[in-house]
Amino acid sequence: MELSLEQKFQEKIDRDERIEPRDWMPDSYRKTLVRQISQHAHSELVGMLPEGNWISRAPSLRRKLGLMAKVQDEAGHGLYLYSAAETLGVERDTMFDQLHSGKAKYSSIFNYPTLTWADIGAIGWLVDGAAIMNQVPLCRCSYGPYARAMVRVCKEESFHQRQGFEIMLTLCQGTPEQKAMAQDALNRWWWPSLMMFGPNDAESPNTKQSMAWNIKRFSNDELRQRFVDMTVPQAELLGIKIPDPDLKLNEETGNYHFGAINWDEFWQVVKGHGPCNKDRLAARVKAHEEGAWVREAAMAYAEKQENRLNKAKTA
Amino acid sequence: MNKNLPLYEIFIRSKNGLHHKHVGSLHASDPQMAIMNARDVYTRRQEGISIWVIESKDITASNPEDSDAFYAPAEDKVYRHPTFYDLPDEVKHM
Repeated sequence: MELSLEQKFQEKIDRDERIEPRDWMPDSYRKTLVRQISQHAHSELVGMLPEGNWISRAPSLRRKLGLMAKVQDEAGHGLYLYSAAETLGVERDTMFDQLHSGKAKYSSIFNYPTLTWADIGAIGWLVDGAAIMNQVPLCRCSYGPYARAMVRVCKEESFHQRQGFEIMLTLCQGTPEQKAMAQDALNRWWWPSLMMFGPNDAESPNTKQSMAWNIKRFSNDELRQRFVDMTVPQAELLGIKIPDPDLKLNEETGNYHFGAINWDEFWQVVKGHGPCNKDRLAARVKAHEEGAWVREAAMAYAEKQENRLNKAKTA
Repeated sequence: MNKNLPLYEIFIRSKNGLHHKHVGSLHASDPQMAIMNARDVYTRRQEGISIWVIESKDITASNPEDSDAFYAPAEDKVYRHPTFYDLPDEVKHM
């Protein structure tokens, strides 16, 4: 019996082969990837904003250099990801329009404000830590260009997380005020970081299909648990307390049991009612609009050069 | 203006002695700008010493749907491989 295109595709996936841009793929696979990769790219771009806020106020030149390099990396990660999404046939401007019009989502963690310098430490440690947990399995995603982009991203993220942890460690070894600042940042970033893994498995209808397509390798809850297990000992090392009275080691499984996540808050932020949704979007739109003349000038220059070249050829 | 800048494919040679290797793509107004952008996007950590850029639209690619027939002629030519030829053990390495 002749296999359908869809069956052949699934067989390829089941053999753990990669899908490349010009290979046949079901529309739903393409759509899922465009949505996921572009959201991921948007998150990298918007992720620059809360941190960019602190570049001019970093406490030392060393910290400033590190933070600038990190923010520049985020821009780079956005670009790798947009370029991976474009291989699926969606244009860059279309993706920008979707972001700027509010139609596309980005990681809701970036809708929280960065109130103190310790927030830069907490973001690197927790937010980048959670991102790495999500991204490492994506290096084996079935879609080739996405997987390759993630390999580059993961290599670079490790510096981000170490930088964040070092900031936290320095504060925790500093004055009582500095340590209190680190604790306050942990208090505010802990729960939003756990929300980064997405809804519980039971509430995540797309997970099953994404796993069947080898886009996702682990469920939201599995990754969240791993993150908690990895992070709790690190908080102990810092000497600060995770803001969860229900947090307890399960001696049998070796996993930490943690308290209930406030999913109402999560959905509020996703729907646009977080503390900074409007600011973030406005800053993105402003940057894009104010950069328009640069893109136009570059294109005008390129056209002029080409015309000159053509004239010289015909002369 | 609501027009994408042209898309360029980027190839990087990580060090002399190695091939240029495709690393991804980016948008730029012209090839010079593509090289400058590629330096910032793809070689922030000394990943390269040479960059090639080419507009994506100028690449001609084989069609994956024809792959089976297209590459089939090589399948039954085992005599192109060294192990096809029987040699006595005494020859050791050849």
